[in-house]
Amino acid sequence: MLNNNLIKKELPPAMIKLGWILLSVGFIFIIAGFATDYQRAIFNYLLVYIFILSIGIGALFLVAIEYVAGAEWSTPLRRIIEFYASLIPLLIILAIPLLFSLHDLFHWSHPEAVAGDEILKGKSPYLNSTFFIIRTAAILLIWTLFWFLIIRNSEKQDKTSDQKLTKKNITLSAVFIPVFAITVTITSIDWLMSLEPHWFSTIFGVYFFSGSVIGALAAITLGAVTLKEKGYLHPRITNDHYFSLGALLFAFINFWGYIAFSQYMLIWYADLPEENFWFLSRWQGGWEYISILLIVVHFVVPYSALLSQPSKMNPKRLKFISIWILIAHLFDLYWLILPNLYKNGFSISWIEFAFPIFAAGFIIVLFNYLAARKNLIPIGDPKLEKGLNFHL
Amino acid sequence: MERIDKLYGIGTVFSSPDGIIKAAAEVSGKGYSEFDVNTPYPVHGMDNAMRMKPSKLGYITLIFGLSGAVFALLFMFWAMTRDYPMVIGGKPFFALPAFIPVTFEVTVLLATLSTVIGMIAFFFNFPSNSHPLHETEYMKKVSLDKFGIFIRSDDPQFNEDEIRTLYQNLGGEGIEKIYFPAKADIPLFDPKFITFLAVIAVTASAFTYIALNKLLYMPPYDFMVEQEKLIPQEKSDIFSDNIGMRTPVKGTVARGFVPYPYSGIPSPAEVLTNPLIPTKEILEIGGKRFNIYCSPCHGYYADGDSRLRGQFPNPPSLHSERGRDMADGMIYHIITNGQNIMPSYASQINRDERWAIVHYIRVLQRAKNATSADIEAIKKDTANAQ
Repeated sequence: MLNNNLIKKELPPAMIKLGWILLSVGFIFIIAGFATDYQRAIFNYLLVYIFILSIGIGALFLVAIEYVAGAEWSTPLRRIIEFYASLIPLLIILAIPLLFSLHDLFHWSHPEAVAGDEILKGKSPYLNSTFFIIRTAAILLIWTLFWFLIIRNSEKQDKTSDQKLTKKNITLSAVFIPVFAITVTITSIDWLMSLEPHWFSTIFGVYFFSGSVIGALAAITLGAVTLKEKGYLHPRITNDHYFSLGALLFAFINFWGYIAFSQYMLIWYADLPEENFWFLSRWQGGWEYISILLIVVHFVVPYSALLSQPSKMNPKRLKFISIWILIAHLFDLYWLILPNLYKNGFSISWIEFAFPIFAAGFIIVLFNYLAARKNLIPIGDPKLEKGLNFHL
Repeated sequence: MERIDKLYGIGTVFSSPDGIIKAAAEVSGKGYSEFDVNTPYPVHGMDNAMRMKPSKLGYITLIFGLSGAVFALLFMFWAMTRDYPMVIGGKPFFALPAFIPVTFEVTVLLATLSTVIGMIAFFFNFPSNSHPLHETEYMKKVSLDKFGIFIRSDDPQFNEDEIRTLYQNLGGEGIEKIYFPAKADIPLFDPKFITFLAVIAVTASAFTYIALNKLLYMPPYDFMVEQEKLIPQEKSDIFSDNIGMRTPVKGTVARGFVPYPYSGIPSPAEVLTNPLIPTKEILEIGGKRFNIYCSPCHGYYADGDSRLRGQFPNPPSLHSERGRDMADGMIYHIITNGQNIMPSYASQINRDERWAIVHYIRVLQRAKNATSADIEAIKKDTANAQ
């Protein structure tokens, strides 16, 4: 039987302290940011909101994929993934400042600008403030509903060890995945693509999806390695489990590169004025260096770092790479969001560095809170024993 | 298979994957190195149990994959910028985004091919096509539903009695001693094998032939060949004369077509005058067209010195009195309609270019028959320009 102190535990005080420090410092920075440059601050707030959203929804997607695919290796790590998925209900609170600042974020939310613009007039049945708020609210509620049902079943199983709950979750996950595909596309179009309302790219939803799964996987890897280092995870969770996480990370880094390149190449080749200006605005006034840096930071470095088998097996290296990838994911969002505000030239200030501190603190505090109150391993899951026995 | 009296090794089988994992861990733990495991499907955790080092095959894949990437990029760089530069879609000659898919494909191609060939060459004892375990009871069992382990006699610790006890303690089902076969390899030109190859070759070619030459012309696969459209010179039932290619309706012209109404007129020069002013640009266009379309027969200087080496009769020189006195409109008319053996150039050279050629011919004629006054005038011009 499982050792009792592996199931429920206060995390080390250093980790709890770190979370609160980051959260409070980040919060002060956010207040200071909003006081100094409101528009820049709200764009950065959108950035960290999307960052937290992508990790939460990516984690819930991975939970669902595990159930649907019947994966066993990830079962002992599932609670960690679920902790990250628990960011989803908090998104409702985090979205409120954004919904009050739609005029600062979105050009299309100004009726006088839409009136003089044929393209925006044509898009206005979709891109208008009322429908936008309805969509956002509906999507967040749908996600919260699925999060609530799936996590509730999973945690109930710890007490009852009822196999039917796994079946129920498989059905829920199978329903969730297509819902996820649609809602995540709508979210990416609403929050990111419509920052430049004249532009469109049909692959954009997939681009955002690949980035969010990368973010979630990196966060999961980081959490799992940290807990393992501190001795909070089951000793039978071995390098083979980390290898699988690393392999998934590697696959999605590839997938991101593939999608990002597909989007770029098709627009570059056709060179149509209604599409290419989005990339052109990221290729002038210093943004071109950011664009090239993104390829290096988000694809070349993680790809090379994860290519060999030992680097996926070694938890220390994996920890470094996952931190790197989380920063790369932030950088990707910076490249997506900020050029819409600074169209004429590259711009960076302390606000860009300060806001992610809040996001990191927010995630760590929530993680600590949940880890102290819930089982770190789904002890009632019928797949757990097989998952602990997992070997390559 | 015929066997000789030389021991190859000793094997045993287990009926569960757990049994074989335990056995592999035990055998490798005892220090045996020359042993192998045969299972009907890949068993997870086997690498660890056998204490195997990671395969070196990955390095071959990496090296060839990288060479593929470099080769593809260098080749496209050379082909598209050095050997045969071509403007495609207004992109630069070295259009990196367009090269990336090809680079990726060549990388994957070389990486996979080198992996397979490297595996055969370095790990399969190429060109040996047989193995002493072939056609043994042991092999029959492990390719069905048993999990086998096998220690070879060239292992430094090899001792038959010890291995027997080890197998028995592990719970092995039956212990089998296997001897070397009399012949190491199966002959390559085995009649059975050759017949098999021949049957495959004949079947594949027959199928390809039937698919490409018969099936594609049979309904319902003929939808590409039989399309509901007219191809040139095809018969058509829509029109009463059954001719598919139509002439324009009387009294109409196609869009962009400029009719030439002077074909039957005996002296069109009287109504045709050159609309172009002989500027430098016009003369350059005329010269280019003349060199392309006229010079093969008339020669670069209109001397009538054909470059066609007697394939056509040479035309007369344009510097004759008749040629010099000919009106602009007449030269234009001849280019448009043709004369004697010369065909019409109306479809190759457009209206303005034909007039430009007329100007150019005038330049040639003037240059060929320059007077000393002309030369003085040129000298004066050059001096003024300086």
